[in-house]
Amino acid sequence: MALKMVKGSIDRMFDKNLQDLVRGIRNHKEDEAKYISTCIDEIKQELKQDNIAVKANAVCKLTYLQMLGYDVSWAAFNIIEVMSSSKFTYKRIGYLAASQCFHEGTDVIMLTTNQIRKDLSSPNQYDTGVALTGLSCFVTPDLARDLANDIMTLMSHTKPYIRKKAVLIMYKVFLKYPESLRPAFPRLKEKLEDPDPGVQSAAVNVICELARRNPKNYLSLAPLFFKLMTSSTNNWVLIKIIKLFGALTPLEPRLGKKLIEPLTNLIHSTSAMSLLYECVNTVIAVTKIVLIIVRINILSCTVVKYLGLLAMSKILKTHPKSVQSHKDLILQCLDDKDESIRLRALDLLYGMVSKKNLMEIVKKLMIHVDKAEGTTYRDELLTKIIDICSQSNYQYITNFEWYISILVELTRLEGTRHGHLIASQMLDVAIRVKAIRGFAVAQMAMLLDNAHLLAGNTQRNGICEVLYAAAWICGEFSEHLEDPLQTLEAMLRPKVTTLPGHIQAVYVQNAVKLFAAVLTRRETAGEKQAAQETTEMLIEKLPQFVQSADLEVQERASCILQLVKYIQKLQAKEVSVAEEVTALFAGELNPVAPKAQKKVPVPEGLDLDAWINEPPSESESEDEKPKAIFQEDEPKHSRPRLTELDEQELARRREARKQEQANNPFYIKSSPSPQKSYQDTPGVDHIPVVQIDLTVPLKVPGMPISDQYLKLEEERRLKQKQEKKDKKKKKKKEKHGKSRRHDSAHTESEEDIAPAQRVDIVTEEMPENALPSDEDDKDSNDPYKALDIDLDKPLADSEKLPVRTHRPSRTEGLKSPDVDTTAEEQRPKKSKEKDKKKDKERKVCYFSGHKDHLFNLLQNPSNHQHLNYKVYDIQGNLQDGSQVVVSVIFENNCTDFLKSMEFNVLDSLNTRLVRPSGASVHDGIAVPFQLPPGVSNEARFVFTVQSIVMPQKLKGTLTFIVKTEDGSTHEKLDFKLHFTCTSYLITTPCYSDAFAKLLESEELKVNALKLDSINMPFHHLLAKICFHHHFSVVERIDSCASMYSRSIQGHHVCLLVKSVSMPSCGQ
Amino acid sequence: MQFMLLFSRQGKLRLQKWYVPLSDKEKKKITRELVQTVLARKPKMCSFLEWRDLKIVYKRYASLYFCCAIEDQDNELITLEIIHRYVELLDKYFGSVCELDIIFNFEKAYFILDEFLLGGEAQETSKKNVLKAIEQADLLQEVRMTCCEQWGEI
Repeated sequence: MALKMVKGSIDRMFDKNLQDLVRGIRNHKEDEAKYISTCIDEIKQELKQDNIAVKANAVCKLTYLQMLGYDVSWAAFNIIEVMSSSKFTYKRIGYLAASQCFHEGTDVIMLTTNQIRKDLSSPNQYDTGVALTGLSCFVTPDLARDLANDIMTLMSHTKPYIRKKAVLIMYKVFLKYPESLRPAFPRLKEKLEDPDPGVQSAAVNVICELARRNPKNYLSLAPLFFKLMTSSTNNWVLIKIIKLFGALTPLEPRLGKKLIEPLTNLIHSTSAMSLLYECVNTVIAVTKIVLIIVRINILSCTVVKYLGLLAMSKILKTHPKSVQSHKDLILQCLDDKDESIRLRALDLLYGMVSKKNLMEIVKKLMIHVDKAEGTTYRDELLTKIIDICSQSNYQYITNFEWYISILVELTRLEGTRHGHLIASQMLDVAIRVKAIRGFAVAQMAMLLDNAHLLAGNTQRNGICEVLYAAAWICGEFSEHLEDPLQTLEAMLRPKVTTLPGHIQAVYVQNAVKLFAAVLTRRETAGEKQAAQETTEMLIEKLPQFVQSADLEVQERASCILQLVKYIQKLQAKEVSVAEEVTALFAGELNPVAPKAQKKVPVPEGLDLDAWINEPPSESESEDEKPKAIFQEDEPKHSRPRLTELDEQELARRREARKQEQANNPFYIKSSPSPQKSYQDTPGVDHIPVVQIDLTVPLKVPGMPISDQYLKLEEERRLKQKQEKKDKKKKKKKEKHGKSRRHDSAHTESEEDIAPAQRVDIVTEEMPENALPSDEDDKDSNDPYKALDIDLDKPLADSEKLPVRTHRPSRTEGLKSPDVDTTAEEQRPKKSKEKDKKKDKERKVCYFSGHKDHLFNLLQNPSNHQHLNYKVYDIQGNLQDGSQVVVSVIFENNCTDFLKSMEFNVLDSLNTRLVRPSGASVHDGIAVPFQLPPGVSNEARFVFTVQSIVMPQKLKGTLTFIVKTEDGSTHEKLDFKLHFTCTSYLITTPCYSDAFAKLLESEELKVNALKLDSINMPFHHLLAKICFHHHFSVVERIDSCASMYSRSIQGHHVCLLVKSVSMPSCGQ
Repeated sequence: MQFMLLFSRQGKLRLQKWYVPLSDKEKKKITRELVQTVLARKPKMCSFLEWRDLKIVYKRYASLYFCCAIEDQDNELITLEIIHRYVELLDKYFGSVCELDIIFNFEKAYFILDEFLLGGEAQETSKKNVLKAIEQADLLQEVRMTCCEQWGEI
């Protein structure tokens, strides 16, 4: 109602208000951008008007546009104008706009300090409230420092409305200005017992947030919070307190016992699910007693189900058994409509599997894989299945045959991205579990035979990756193949050429391995004719690969083609070749740790970066014939030469292959490893090699024929069921045999081999000289780190919030000498000397910003662990009116050598660092010296300035290298350069008569200002002013002194300094 | 709480409140990403999701999505409660609130939010107190307005 009236009155006042803008945007859907740009133009016009109401309206519209994503940072100053309006209506809009649009980078934010301070102390609580709300959104470290004291005062305001806001905003202030935490904390603690519940809950909020990050500092508050917890009925507060206890208990185990009772009470009594959840979470973290799971899981609402699963995953880490009993419930969750619940459930399953239930769980998952609609979820399922099975080095798999068939089944998934994953699993298992190779090879041969099913949609999916694994396994372990010829034929089908190049390459390579196997069998059987036929087939089929566009395939194929042709020649001479061909691939391959290669130490005196031969010149590279030429050349070679070349080629390629395999974790190195020459060094010897000896071979006679995937699956499931039955029966009666031989073999193998079938994981050893790489753990950017402050120590006197008593006088001062020069550009500056003559009673004349500068100089020296720097002077350049020289003293504090220091400053529009020509604004300037430990030196940097009438603060960084005994580290030091107005003055001597003339000329402007609380002898003060602010003393009479200086642009600045009552108040 | 977003089913942003300092560019990126993610979820799905290192809690009221980002240790259910409480406040203030109310009086929606949350923490848990504060502030505004108008007429 009130709203409507307000709205109505605004409506009448302006042509286009926010509502019109919104309506307009909605009506201009098709040319929104254009419409808005005209609106922005209008707003710009409105902002130029003097009427604050119009301005506020414009700012309001801008806030809306900002939300739509338009840049309104240009209006920052107008927003401040509206903020400073005395009318609440506009102030409110101004602060809203500021809270939406300002951020730490907004430069005008500094201008708001005084306005905010004024509003904070406004008699109207809503003014204060609005200022606090706004401040909470855009508080910067500077604002926090300047306003911390004001906000702290507000914490004891009479109105609870203000108190609670002030308490809450203190958290933001602490984050930005950690020094304020200790001085403010006692009062914050008081607020925990504030009579107003709102203030109390605000204080609880703040302390809980603080304590969560650094619990150890808040342990002493535990009794107080305990009292609050047992007395409070506000669920919002309770949740926070309980969360706080969750953070505290790990540090103080006794708390846990005390908490159990109240927490269990809450758990049983509360109806608020959020509170219950918090309690449960804390109980899990704290007491490790699991009594409540059931209650959460009974509840059916999705949201709670999700959280229940989340909580269970936490319990799982400590108490896997208690969760495992809820397996069915979790499996049910897999049927949930919500994907996130299903994923959570999957996560849980991962932790729940055991040797006993693995097959069952995976079977369930397989059913889900079939049903799953979205590919993302299905892919997730797929990876989870593989994760579950392969976790802790296949710890839970008792039957690898089963696992292989699962993998094979997974290949039937369409459109999965994880072909690669499946392939690597197949390789891994086939290589590392020797006993399974026979079965694996049979399955892979089947896959190859049905390659068309997988390869049919090469473009769309990555599943054909498994063919890579299949081909390699069949080739490498061809001795296990039932019918190598059939597989060989399958691998040489024309369809294969549609596969990706890297798979074809493996095909070609492994075709030869199979060929060798076929030859061996034929020759031992004495079927020379059949052997020759195989050779012919190979010669007939290989050219299709020779024509491949893939270089790798082409090279391998043409090589092998020549080899086979040579074999054919030999065969024609009735020479038995099988042995020799097999010898090409002889040797056992053993698995190697993925990181083994890296760990081989570099032998003494070997420089890996040095050229072994001269860098290849261009003429040399011509010697290596490009592929096309090589092909053309081929027919020209005479036969004997060809074979020679072939053998060289083969040797070279074998070498290459070995190297490639050495880098591939899934390849097994042949025993004469490339690293053989290093064998006396420990690195290689220590790489564990998997040795698996199965007591019972897992040979399955009569494998189902490849095409019948479905049948296979059914059979497999049947088999599984039977296995399970077997198991049960076995438990009852140890020696109960099954009628089918292979089944009993399974069972036996499962039961007996379980321990033996552990796949040894290759431990990841680090070489001795490896550098620990975890040093970057510490996150220096964590804002909460800074708040890790001991709060129990009594406050020291020095720890007070900065109270800027001299600030008001400073603002006055700002209007004085410096600023005025802008107005009267060329005129000499006013002098306070007039005061001296006209008004002897006037106590003080003082240069503005003066004390500030002293302050800055004292503040500047920053204690860094390595480097101490101190801006000791900023001085104008006599020769050039637009330059100042900054002298910086660097002092090396540490015991190490510092070098390569680079000084860089972020230029502002007004002030720029003078860099050597050609350097960009981001380049630093090298400091022309190095610093041995304990030494200090001075460097000077030149800056150009445009206007000398405003103070400037520049941010900069210093980078340097610390050279220690064990290497060198890069370090960085951030600093701020303060240019006050006096930085631009040049010490110029002036005689008293010239000075008097200047004063008489009436060209100077006058301003005066009084400063209290300066406690130093007058002559010290004068010396300081002279040194830091570049004045020279013209005349000194007792406790008065006239001083003079000139700016780099020629303005005269005269200064009268008087001490009012000596010596306590020197001015 | 790190930030709160209100957006429509069409993905149009209706309100945004950031309690962490971020550049405009980042804000836009996050908003875009989140709006897409949340809108893609089906109605029956759970209100929580993990996103980057934050947890997102969202809830749909009529055509508007209320979406909050909280930290890892924060309580999702209480965040849901906060969202609900905010909706209740809007509802009380506007009288059965609809999306258009928030579009056309978006500054009011902000004022209410600011009275309810400060710096990402719940400031006032009592609905009555929040509304009282808002009404009084509005009244103040109105009084000033009327004075202002009168002066204008004179």
